[in-house]
Amino acid sequence: MENILARTRKVADEAEVYQISSEETQVRFEANRLKQLQTNQQTSVALRIISKGRIGYATTTSTGDSRELVSNAVETAEFGTDAKFQFPNFTDYPRVDIYDGAVESVPIKEMIGLGEEMIAAVTGHTPGIICEAGVSRGVINVSIINSRGGQAEYRKSFFGLDIEGSLIEETDMLFVGESENSCHPLSDTAKVTSEVLRQLDLAKNRATAPSKQLPVVFTPNGVASGLMLPLMSAFNGKTVLEGASPIGNKQGQLVFDKRFCLYDDPTISYRPGSRPCDDEGVLSQRTPLVENGKITGFLYDLQTAALADKQSTGNGNRSHGGLPSPAPSAFTIAPGNTAFDDMIKDIKEGLLVDYLMGAAQGNVLGGDFSGNVLLGYKIENGEIVGRVKDTMVSGNIYKALKNITAIGSEARWVGSSLLTPPLYCPSLSVASKG
Amino acid sequence: MTDIEAIARKLAGELKKHRADYLEARLEESQTSHITYRGRGLDSIGRSTAVGGNIRALVKGGWGFTSFNSLDGLSGRIAQAIEQAKSAGSGESMLAPVDPAVDEVVDGIDRNPVTIPLAEKKQLLDDYNDIIWGTPQIQTSTIGYGDSRKKVIFINSAGSYIKQERADVALRLTAIAAKDGDVQQVGLSLGSRGNFTAIQGLHDKISEMSTNAVELLSAPTAKGGEYTVVLDPVLAGVFVHEAFGHLSESDFVYENERLREIMKLGKKFGGKHLNIVDSAAEPGLRGSYKYDDEGVPAAKTYLIREGKLVGRLHSRETAAKMNESPTGNARAINYRYPPIVRMTNTYIEPESITFEDMIADIKEGIYAKNWYGGTTSMEMFTFSAGEAYMIRSGKIAETLRPVVLTGNVFSTLKNIDAIGNDLDMNEGGGCGKGGQMPLPVSNGSPHIRIRHCLVGGT
Repeated sequence: MENILARTRKVADEAEVYQISSEETQVRFEANRLKQLQTNQQTSVALRIISKGRIGYATTTSTGDSRELVSNAVETAEFGTDAKFQFPNFTDYPRVDIYDGAVESVPIKEMIGLGEEMIAAVTGHTPGIICEAGVSRGVINVSIINSRGGQAEYRKSFFGLDIEGSLIEETDMLFVGESENSCHPLSDTAKVTSEVLRQLDLAKNRATAPSKQLPVVFTPNGVASGLMLPLMSAFNGKTVLEGASPIGNKQGQLVFDKRFCLYDDPTISYRPGSRPCDDEGVLSQRTPLVENGKITGFLYDLQTAALADKQSTGNGNRSHGGLPSPAPSAFTIAPGNTAFDDMIKDIKEGLLVDYLMGAAQGNVLGGDFSGNVLLGYKIENGEIVGRVKDTMVSGNIYKALKNITAIGSEARWVGSSLLTPPLYCPSLSVASKG
Repeated sequence: MTDIEAIARKLAGELKKHRADYLEARLEESQTSHITYRGRGLDSIGRSTAVGGNIRALVKGGWGFTSFNSLDGLSGRIAQAIEQAKSAGSGESMLAPVDPAVDEVVDGIDRNPVTIPLAEKKQLLDDYNDIIWGTPQIQTSTIGYGDSRKKVIFINSAGSYIKQERADVALRLTAIAAKDGDVQQVGLSLGSRGNFTAIQGLHDKISEMSTNAVELLSAPTAKGGEYTVVLDPVLAGVFVHEAFGHLSESDFVYENERLREIMKLGKKFGGKHLNIVDSAAEPGLRGSYKYDDEGVPAAKTYLIREGKLVGRLHSRETAAKMNESPTGNARAINYRYPPIVRMTNTYIEPESITFEDMIADIKEGIYAKNWYGGTTSMEMFTFSAGEAYMIRSGKIAETLRPVVLTGNVFSTLKNIDAIGNDLDMNEGGGCGKGGQMPLPVSNGSPHIRIRHCLVGGT
C-alpha cells in the first residue's frame, strides 16, 4: 500500500489507498441436505487521488503491479469531480469490538452440525417442508492510508446462520425463513428456528383480507422489507443536498410520530455492521436521525459533507466498489412500550405483515411503498386467525409513520443493518383478491 | 496484467490428474469503467481491473467451490475444492453428458467500450443530463453508466477448454421532479452486448422521460383493486421474466417432489396463443452467449408452447436429475460464484393483435408502460411500471402515478387474453438471484392484455 501511495506523489497532490481482503467459508444445504462447501478469498485495492483539485479513482484486484492502477486513476482525474474535502489526518479511533478469533477456528464439522440442527428442527415441525440453509464464517481486513498521514486498520469477524423453507400444497406456496449474524460464533440455532416455527404455526390456517384501509402491524422483518428503503434514501446526505429528499429542509421539524426515534449506529459491539471508522477513515459515531419525531440529522461522507457545509458523520461507504458515498451502517429504531401481543389484541380487523415483497419498486424517493404480502396474517378481534395471500399493502412512510398507534417494546436485528421493534400503523391501503 | 491463458493451460493438465467425479476451473480477467451523475454534476468516474478464478469439484453428489484472486498455489486450491466436495458428498454424482469443447469465442464488437475515451462518454452523458435539466420543474437527475469487457477461460476434467470474450454496456437515467415536498421520478434503462452506439441518440426519449416525471406531480394515484391491464413490450418483458421465467429455472424444482408435480411437462399454463421462449442462442443480445459457465452450448428453449409447459432451464446437474436434456443455462455473474440456473433472453412470441384493437373494448382499465422493477417468489410476483395511464372506453385517458402490479403465476398467465404483433426486446437492467446481481439478461414481449390483475394503490 505504501508503494502505491509513493507512486502517486509525482502525479497527484493527495492520495488515499484503501485495501480490503476477506476469507469466507460457507456450508450450504439444499433440499434438506448438505450440498456444497465453499470458500472465497478476495482482495481489492482502491486508489483515490486528488490531482489539480479533481478526484480520480481506480480499483484493482491485483496487489502486485500498481502502475496500471495509478495511471487509471490519473486518467479519470481529468474528468473527476472537484474535491471539496481533505483526507483525514491521523486520528485515534474509538474502540469498537468486532473481532472474535474464535470464529476462524469453528470446525467445518461443527458448521455442518448447526445446519443439520436447523433443518431437523424445521422439518420435524412441518413434514414436507423443503429447506435451504447455510452457515458461514469469515474474516475481513481493512486498511486505509492517505497522503496526510491518516491511517486506519481493523479486522472484523462474522458468523451467520440462515434458513429458508418452502412448503408447497398443490399450487399454494408458503415461504418462511430467518437469519442471524454476529461477530461471535453462533452455537445456538434455536433463535432462528423458533422464529421459523412461529411463522409456520401462524400460516397454518388461511384467511382472507378485504380491500380497504386497515390497521397494519409490521414485524421487524416486515419493517425491513416494507419501510426501510424510503427511509434510507431520505436520510442520505446526497439526496438531501440535491433537494430530492422530502425531509431535506425539515431539520428540527416534527415529521414523524413523537415516539419515533431513529439512529445510525456503527459502534455496537460485535455487530457485523459495526466498525471503528468508515471507508474513508472517518471515525464512527452514533448519529441521531430522528428524535421524538423531529428530524435531527442526515448521513454524510467527506465530499457530500463539504458540499453541504456539514461534518462527515462517518458514513462514507464503498459497498459497490465505487467512490465512497453516504450510506447507513446500521439503522436502529428505538423500542417503545407496547408488548407485541397487546398490539394484536388491540386490533378488531387488520393485518400482521412479516414480509412485503417488492415494496421498494415504486417512488422510493417520495416515500411510497407498495408490495405483495408474501408472508402476512389476518387479525380478527385481537387474534391472528391465518395467513393472507393475493394481497397488497400500500402507503407512504411520511403518512404511515406520522401517527403510529404503537411501537413494540422488543427490538430485533434483521440482518446486520437494522435493529427495530414491531411498528403498528393505524391505517394503510390494502388491496386483495380475498 | 497476469496472463490467465498461461495459467489455464497449466491448470488443464492438472485437473485431469486429480481424483474427483468432476472438476472444473474458470479464470477471468476484466476491465470496467463507470461514470455516474447525481444532479447537475458528475458524481463518480472510475476504472477497475480484476483478475480471479475458481475451482469447482464434484464428489459423490457434493460440491466444493473455492474462489480466489490470488492465482498462486492453485494446486492447493484444487485439493481444497476436492476436500470440500468429499465432506459435502454422500450420494451419487449426476451430470448430464456434454461433449468436451475446445473453442475460442471473440466478443464480436467493433469497438471495445471500456477503451472509448472517457471524454467521449462524458460528452454524451453531459448532453443527456442537459436535456433533463432543461425541463422545467425537474429537481434533479441521476445517471449511471457502466461498461465492461471480460475474458473467461473455462476448463474441465473432461477436456473442455473454452475461451470466451464478452463486452457489456449499461445505462440508467432518472429524472426527478419535485413540488411542495412531493417527489416523482421516471427512469430509462438500456443496455447492449458491448455496443456503445446502442446508448447514443436517445435525446428524444430522454426529453420525453423528463416531461413525464413533471407530469406525474399533478397525476392522481390509481385506486387499488382489480383491473384489466395492458402492458407495453418493456413491462410485459419484465412480467414474463418475473412471473414465469424464474419458475422455469430447474434448480428450484429438481429436488422438490411437490414442485415437480406442479411443473409437469404438458401442464396447461395459458391459452393456445401463449408461447414463451428463453434463448441464449439469439445473436447479439445482452443475455446471449455461445457456451454457458459449465461449457454447455447455448440453446433456444421453448418453455411454453401453445399454452402448455414444454421445457425448462437446466444446469448439467438439474438436467441429469430430471432426466432431461441440458439447455446451457448455468451462469455465474463472475468468478466469485458457482454457476446457477439462470435465464438469458426471455420473451413472449408475437401474435397478430394491434395495440388499438387490444384496448378498443376496455371500458375501464390501466395501460402500464416502462420498467421500474420486479421480483418473484415463484407463486407470487410483483412488478412495477414506470408510467401508467387509465384506459377509458377504449382510449388512453389520464396519466396515473406509477403502479405496482401483483399476481399469482398460475392464474395470471391464463388471464392473458390478447397478445400483440409488436415484439420488442428490452436490454436494460439486470437479474438478481442467490446474491448474484446484476446478471445481463434481456426480455421482451409484444403488448399483452391481462384480465383481473391486482394493482396496488390508495
